[in-house]
Amino acid sequence: MSISRDDVTYIAHLARLGLSEEEISHFQGQLESILEYVDKLKTLDVSRVEPMTHVLDLKNVYRKDSVVPSLDPQSVLKIAPAAQGQFYKVPKVIE
Amino acid sequence: MNLHTLTALELRSRLDCGSVKPQDILTDLRSRYEAVEKKVMAFARPPSFEYRDTAVAGGALKGIPVVIKDNICSQGDRTECCSRILEGFVAPYDATVVDKLKKSGASIMGKANMDEFAFGSSCETSCFHPTKNPWDLDCVPGGSSGGSCACVAADEAIAALGSDTGGSIRQPASLCGVVGMKPTYGRVSRYGLVAFASSLDQIGPITKDVRDNALVLGVIAGHDDHDATSVDTSVPDYLSQMQKDIRGMRVAIPKEYFVEGMDPEVRHAMMEAKAKLESLGARFGEVSLPHTGYAVAVYYIIATAEASSNLARFDGVQYGARQMAASKDESALIGMYKETRDKGFGAEAKRRLILGTYVLSSGYYDAYYLRASRVRRLIKEDFDKVFREYDVVLTPTSPTPAFKIGEKMDDPLSMYLSDIYTISVNLAGVPAISVPCGLTRSGLPIGMQVIGRPFGETDLYRVAFHYEQSTSWHKQKPKL
Amino acid sequence: MNYEPVIGLEVHVQLKTATKAFCGCANVFGTRENTNICPVCLGLPGSLPVLNEKALKAAMKVALALGCQVRSFTKFDRKNYYYPDLPKNFQISQYDMPFSEHGSLDICLEGGIRHIRIKRVHLEEDAGKLIHPEEGAESLVDYNRAGTPLLEIVSEPDMHSPDEAYAYLTDLKLILQYLDISDCDMEKGSLRCDANVSLRPAGTTGLGVKSELKNMNSFRAVRLALEYEIKRQEAELSDGRSVVQETRLWNEKKQMTLPMRSKEEAHDYRYFPEPDLPPFVISASEIEEAKQGLPELPKEKRSRFIASFGFSDKDAATLSATRALADFFEACLKLYDKPKKIAHWLIGPVSFQMNSRGQDIGGLRLTPASLIELIDLVEAGKISQLAAKEVLQEMLESGKPAGKIVEEKNLSQVSDAGSLSSVIEEVIAANKKSVDDFRAGKENAVMFLVGQVMRLSKGKANPKTAREMLIERLKS
Repeated sequence: MSISRDDVTYIAHLARLGLSEEEISHFQGQLESILEYVDKLKTLDVSRVEPMTHVLDLKNVYRKDSVVPSLDPQSVLKIAPAAQGQFYKVPKVIE
Repeated sequence: MNLHTLTALELRSRLDCGSVKPQDILTDLRSRYEAVEKKVMAFARPPSFEYRDTAVAGGALKGIPVVIKDNICSQGDRTECCSRILEGFVAPYDATVVDKLKKSGASIMGKANMDEFAFGSSCETSCFHPTKNPWDLDCVPGGSSGGSCACVAADEAIAALGSDTGGSIRQPASLCGVVGMKPTYGRVSRYGLVAFASSLDQIGPITKDVRDNALVLGVIAGHDDHDATSVDTSVPDYLSQMQKDIRGMRVAIPKEYFVEGMDPEVRHAMMEAKAKLESLGARFGEVSLPHTGYAVAVYYIIATAEASSNLARFDGVQYGARQMAASKDESALIGMYKETRDKGFGAEAKRRLILGTYVLSSGYYDAYYLRASRVRRLIKEDFDKVFREYDVVLTPTSPTPAFKIGEKMDDPLSMYLSDIYTISVNLAGVPAISVPCGLTRSGLPIGMQVIGRPFGETDLYRVAFHYEQSTSWHKQKPKL
Repeated sequence: MNYEPVIGLEVHVQLKTATKAFCGCANVFGTRENTNICPVCLGLPGSLPVLNEKALKAAMKVALALGCQVRSFTKFDRKNYYYPDLPKNFQISQYDMPFSEHGSLDICLEGGIRHIRIKRVHLEEDAGKLIHPEEGAESLVDYNRAGTPLLEIVSEPDMHSPDEAYAYLTDLKLILQYLDISDCDMEKGSLRCDANVSLRPAGTTGLGVKSELKNMNSFRAVRLALEYEIKRQEAELSDGRSVVQETRLWNEKKQMTLPMRSKEEAHDYRYFPEPDLPPFVISASEIEEAKQGLPELPKEKRSRFIASFGFSDKDAATLSATRALADFFEACLKLYDKPKKIAHWLIGPVSFQMNSRGQDIGGLRLTPASLIELIDLVEAGKISQLAAKEVLQEMLESGKPAGKIVEEKNLSQVSDAGSLSSVIEEVIAANKKSVDDFRAGKENAVMFLVGQVMRLSKGKANPKTAREMLIERLKS
């Protein structure tokens, strides 16, 4: 599996990681060798095996539709990097 | 008085008869902390030694101080997962395990150091400092619950909680010579545990001996309405049920775990442990877990994929240190995301986020994530099959004793392979315990792992308890 | 060349459960910002979702009402993307196993009935709300809405004109209202609609390059945006240019669609199964039970009104235009067994009052019992139709019962000859021409004279008695 710099740049953008040129080169090599290692999975024929997301045999776990008290907004807003009144504040979102 | 050297149950009997007060234990732990913490550096932040009584009538841990890993939320305290990106995050709520500990009367002393977001097997990726192995300060304590294990091993704590996604309780427990349990997936609520890989994570106790471990698990286990993956089955009385002897218990040795390249001292310790268990009446047989060789690959796909999604929320919007980008190439918002995450995450976290994002991305999902989810089923079926004939599986916990600090830091694959014996257990969702079973010639602990069937924690405690009773490894202490 | 538009609609509906989809925070609109929040809907580290049982139940009702097949096995997935209104930077949604699919909705148009296929209906969580103040370089985030249960209803591209899209939305909204699972208020955002539209040469079956239209705040806006976009695409194609696949926002002020300003990137949502939520298995008996529990839907109700009461299509449609009005009608019917009379009142004077007050039936100070009391007074000849309208007006203003108003305002109909004869004499004296016309054989002239009697008596005269007395007097 060969991984290009562009691949790493694209993935880093998807993951919202601002990597330096150096980091990109570094991760490019490491990602390549890790993927080479995990490629061993391709030697198995799993076409008839159902994927497994949950190890437990649980199903239909619900919650009752009854209201539980909410948080005091100040308990979370006090640690916000930026707030205005009772709003969280972020750099302008352009639509 | 050396209260800090005692176990929780030993302390409890002193508390019960009134010869010791809860504050005495904390005061004693304070002096121990002051004496050894500089060397071990097991804590993320200085703990609190003030006693607060939170017990609801007759709590099982009344007066016992417990340390929790820095990825478990406790209301009003910093929970930073030893990552810069969570700097200043104060949880406005208690994790279910913390709530249960408080109600049982335990005092939450503080938070233990860990690999950043539990990404690591050495405790070196903490943004604060690396923790040292109390048995050899040049060595790692293992990880990611390295701080939790080191503080118990160094008698800086009576008991601790860790979390285990691929071996993060058992491997450091083994390297530090303490007892660490990864319960069955669904046995302990994950509510309030900062998620690494949701389908693999479990919280478990780290203690000085098996009895304490059973005591703490009894407190934290059980169904929780806040965790849809916690299972609604009753919690056995582990402490009394583990008394039953192990005569006739069927113990499997998987041949795939005892291969060339295993550290000879580890192999030797395992053979001795096997002989000991046989002398206690256990019956051994060799089995095959044929998909063992794929476990690390499956794990690094599934765990990083889930992590890439779980850690997306750390973006500088609601908490943590926000960074703005200097460059104007992108919108200020995207710049903020990237800069915050670039400055906030360490190298190992970035590496895993890149890998996890890659294996889910368009065009690669089927080849990696989906395929890994299929192989995961095969790994679980391997265990199902073995447990039809055997009660437990015995393996080493780690292929080697503690390694030197820095030794594997930039060799991710070799670091990942140090979890080779523990990872399958998380993929299969079964419980496993690591118990001290020897010391190397250079004086480093060796641990053995006992794996059980789903919700078979009692079996694990039985084997571990009777083994412990007939050996003295758990009584060995590091010289600090 | 002639082009045929191809339109598909994606409707999002907020379910009106008591709590949010995955946590116990109240699901309410209009409270102060960031007050209905908890670790789960804020996506705080360590929090975990647990599904609200009511949300799936309500969602199932919609699916069944739209004739969808409900899956016996369904699961949730994570849709990963970064946006400040999305606390976890992923949305819990459904990807490859939506809980229901393959439904349809028949819409009535001038040209007949059109069958619109519904591709899928799935359950997900809503995002928070972003506010963009005019001034400053920042946006503000309110997470009250984050985690609200949201249904996504996706149609196949089966519509071919803005009118069809409008009719689909109207009919869909009516069904949702009948099911009583959402406020369906576009202004409050509890119902939202995005549209995909492309053109193809008339008579062909392929699909052209589509644009995705967003930011329409009413059904009217959806229609206008589609009309605009169809013209725009037509112009592009006619001029030999091609349509670019893009998202365009409807600009209400400029009455046009404009491409989004933000750089659009290829979607790579990295869906994968939500590990925090075990799957859901829905049994055939549960589906059957839910089907049995469905209320009568608008189409069925209309047919029944026509068949049972002999209403016209138009009257049946008007009476079933909202579930509240239909329920009101049926409640009246229990008290008073004259469906046509009740329909006449509801479609006439009551609808007039609703329109002029801008309220629906529930907003009027009117109960089935109070309306029947009024109708009774008219039918018994106690008050005239004209007076009745005044009484209705007064009932809605004061909330007093009809009988009391008639008494207070002295609106009882006058039928005794003594009181009427002086009025009749006065009318005859003042309208010589009509009197002559009548005597010359123009029988219709009497209607005018009756009208004058009604006017002079301020509506209190019984028109039937007045007419009889007039004819008798004029023929004598």
